[in-house]
Order: sequence, then structure tokens, then C-alpha cells
Amino acid sequence: MVRIRELQTPVGKEQLATLASGDLVNLSGVLYTARDAAHQRLVARLEAGEPLPFALENQALFYVGPSPTPPGKIIGSCGPTTSSRMDPYTPLLLEQGLKIMIGKGPRSQEVVQAIQRHQAAYLVATGGAAALLAQCVKKAELIAYPDLGPEAIYRLEVEKMPLIVAIDPDGRNLFARGAKEGAPLEQEGME
Amino acid sequence: MGNRTGSSPVLGTIKKDTLQKYRWYPAVFCFLVLDHGGMGLRKLNVDLVTATVAQLCVEACRELSADVRALLEQARNEEESAFGCFILDQVLENLEVAAREQLPICQDTGICVVFLEIGQDLHLTGGDLEAAVNAGVRRGYQEGYLRKSVLSPLTRINTFDNTPAVIHTRMVPGDRLKITVAPKGAGSENMSRLKMLKPADGIEGVKRFVLETVAAAGGCACPPVIVGVGIGGTMEKAALLAKTALIRPAGTASSDPTVAELEKELLALINQTGIGPQGLGGKVTALAVQIETYPTHIAALPVAVNLQCHVARHRSAIL
Repeated sequence: MVRIRELQTPVGKEQLATLASGDLVNLSGVLYTARDAAHQRLVARLEAGEPLPFALENQALFYVGPSPTPPGKIIGSCGPTTSSRMDPYTPLLLEQGLKIMIGKGPRSQEVVQAIQRHQAAYLVATGGAAALLAQCVKKAELIAYPDLGPEAIYRLEVEKMPLIVAIDPDGRNLFARGAKEGAPLEQEGME
Repeated sequence: MGNRTGSSPVLGTIKKDTLQKYRWYPAVFCFLVLDHGGMGLRKLNVDLVTATVAQLCVEACRELSADVRALLEQARNEEESAFGCFILDQVLENLEVAAREQLPICQDTGICVVFLEIGQDLHLTGGDLEAAVNAGVRRGYQEGYLRKSVLSPLTRINTFDNTPAVIHTRMVPGDRLKITVAPKGAGSENMSRLKMLKPADGIEGVKRFVLETVAAAGGCACPPVIVGVGIGGTMEKAALLAKTALIRPAGTASSDPTVAELEKELLALINQTGIGPQGLGGKVTALAVQIETYPTHIAALPVAVNLQCHVARHRSAIL
């Protein structure tokens, strides 16, 4: 039932189309880090008609604010942050060609629909497994907003990052299934 | 009352000449007590507090205490879902990597919650205690390469040293200082809730609110979680009880048998929800439910639920 896939970013259309909700993925390639404040700035630029500090076309965003890089290391610990805080900004970024988002936790219905509309995918990393995920990062380069500290945008090169496909390009959502498994709550009349 | 000579609510009626005669006695008494007490009190320089807090911050962020680790290993043994096992394997491997690489377990090294239990016979010297604690947080987060996540709530401008800490101080008997550092991530803190229930809601209402909170948090609070519950007191007391419940050694039952029973029942109910590790379905949604209670008003039933992600960090030292 569970498949383990190799996935390369930036991602091609054909490769994306083969991803299915529930697949385990080893992701290698380029990721851009962005969380709350970076999203706010990216969207503000788009709304002002200004160019972004990097092209989003076919790219992947990793919702993360790493801990500081100790001497001799490539990056500090870097696990995913809660994705739903990025929901208000996501549809606009998908319009710019963003194809893969990596974070943790469920997304809003609007985002699920936008993912389907733009044939993108949402993958989850294990929240809290941040030292482990840091070992997958082979290169890290600051590319925008250094004043944001941990919220600055970095370009990462990663190898075999262990992820799960939560929402696939067809809009199939692993979290919707999870909610159904939570049925005992509803049976007891929980609101 | 004020017109009558020598009358006071405390001393009662005392004649004026008696007061005159013994007027030096309070001063002599105070001198003796203070002098004797001053010599007898144990002294502790707050510089030691700074050094200890710094060390506890780094240790707490890099290594989980044995109680939490044991619960995670037990969770891995009990979990059956493929995603749950995949996630819990990563969680356990991550602990090894963090210790080996001297990296924080989670990149969100939290806002630093510090509990101080100050012995009432201890004399703290060398400066301001809260400033000393904050100096320790500053040093620990700087030297340990921990993330600085604290900022002004409205301007959102970062303080860049993770201060100030959230400090809870309690006076206790004795002449020691117990410091507990509990860095708290926002993922689980954001999903925590407080509600002023009606007394008519009763225990069933409490259970419902705890379950609703865990269900609403879903995968956002980084399950498997530890659920800290504070029941009773006033609004702020309930919140503090819930936080205090989280720094109890993980998995230890309440000393009150009724409360212990409620903890057990809630844990079973939560793990029946199927939310599972990271909200992707599974048997283990919570590692433990820990409840603290306090008497409350006849018209009140405050309940606070403080969720704690699986990176349940707390470290203590006694000076």
C-alpha cells in the first residue's frame, strides 16, 4: 500500500502527476525556506507588481525557521513549522508557479482546491525531527531578507529528505482521511 | 477610633505612658532578629543562577529527559499505522542525531518558561533575580546556537536574544532554589485553550473540553502530545496549573486517586480519536494526560488545556 518514491526538485509536470497522497518520498534537490514574515513580504511584492527575489516557477518551498548554524555545520536544526499559518498567502504563490510545499499539519479547504487547480502538491515532514532533517541539507545559502533572522529566505540543496505526500495534485488529502479516523469523537456528540 | 489614645485594631487599648516606656523595644527586637537572621541565612549569588539557567536551556533543547524518551519508545511499540511508525522512528532517530551533533532537537527552541521555587530562608545576593534569569537565557540561547523566537507582540520586532523569559516564582519552605527551565514551542502552545465552564458542566464537561481541544489541534500541535490540564482556581490559576502539570515527570499519575483515574480515562479517550502521530492517523495521539487541580469558587469551573508537543523539554537544578 505505502510506496517510497524518489523525487527531484525543481519538479517537472510529469513527475508531479505521479505523486499520490500517502506516498513516502525521498526528496532531493533545491528548496527555498519561507515562513510567516517571508510569505508576507513575498505576497506584498506580488501585490505591488514587483519581482520576487527568486523565481517560483516549478519550485519547492519549505516552511521552516532554522536554528542558528553552529560553526563547522551547514545549517542548524530545521524541521517544518505549522503550514496552516501560510494558508492565506498560498493561493497567490501557486499562481506564480509554486509546485511543492513542505510543512506540517493540515491545510485549509481553499489551499486544497488551489493545489488541485494548479496541479501542485503538499508534503509533510515530521515536526520536531529537526536535527535529523538538518542532516539532509548539503548546502544553504541566504538569498533574501537577512533582517528577518530565522525567517530569512535560504536556498537549500537537500538529499533524500524523508517526507509524506499529504495533498496530491488531484486534491486527495491525507488529513481528511485522518479526520474520518477520528470518528469516535463525533459519535460521542463532540462539536 | 483614631481619636482614642493608644487604640489600634492590632494592639487594642494601651495606655500612653506604657507606649512611651517601651518605645525602643520594637527597634531592638528588629535589630536582633535581622542581625541573627542575616547571619544564619544561606546566601546565594545570582551569578550562579545565570550560569545554571544558561546550562539548563542548552541541555533542555538538545536532550530529552529519560521520562519523555521512555514514553516515546513505548509509543513506537504500541503504534500500528504505517505513517505513525514512519514518524515515530524519525522522532526517536532525531533524538540520537541531536545528541550526537549537539544540535537542538527541534528548531523551535521556544520561549523560555522558567519556574523558580525559592526557599524562604535563602538570601539571594549580587543583583536582581529576574535579570539574572534573563541573563542566563540570553547566554544559553547565544552560546548553544538556539533559535531566538521572542518578539514584541504588536510590533513583531525580535529581541534577538530570546529574552525575556516567562518567569513563575513561588516561595517555599527551606533555603534552596529550585530552577526548572521549560522551553515551549509555539506549535503546541497555539493550540492550547482555556474555558470558564459552568459548574453544571461537571466532570463530563471537563472531559468534553479536553477532547475538543485535542481534536481541534489535530496534527498542528505535533502529536503525540502531552496534555497538561488545569482545573479550578481562577482564570490565571487554571492556566498556570496546566503549565505546571506539564513539568511533572512525564507519565507520572496524580497523587489524588480521583484525578489519576480521570487522567487515565482521558488518555484512553484521546488515543481513540485516531488523530495519531503528526495527525496522519494512528493509535498514539497523546503520550500522557497530566492534571493539576485547585479549589475554585462555588459558581466557577475554569479548565485550561496546555498542549505540549512530543519534544517535551524540561530540566531542573537545585542550588
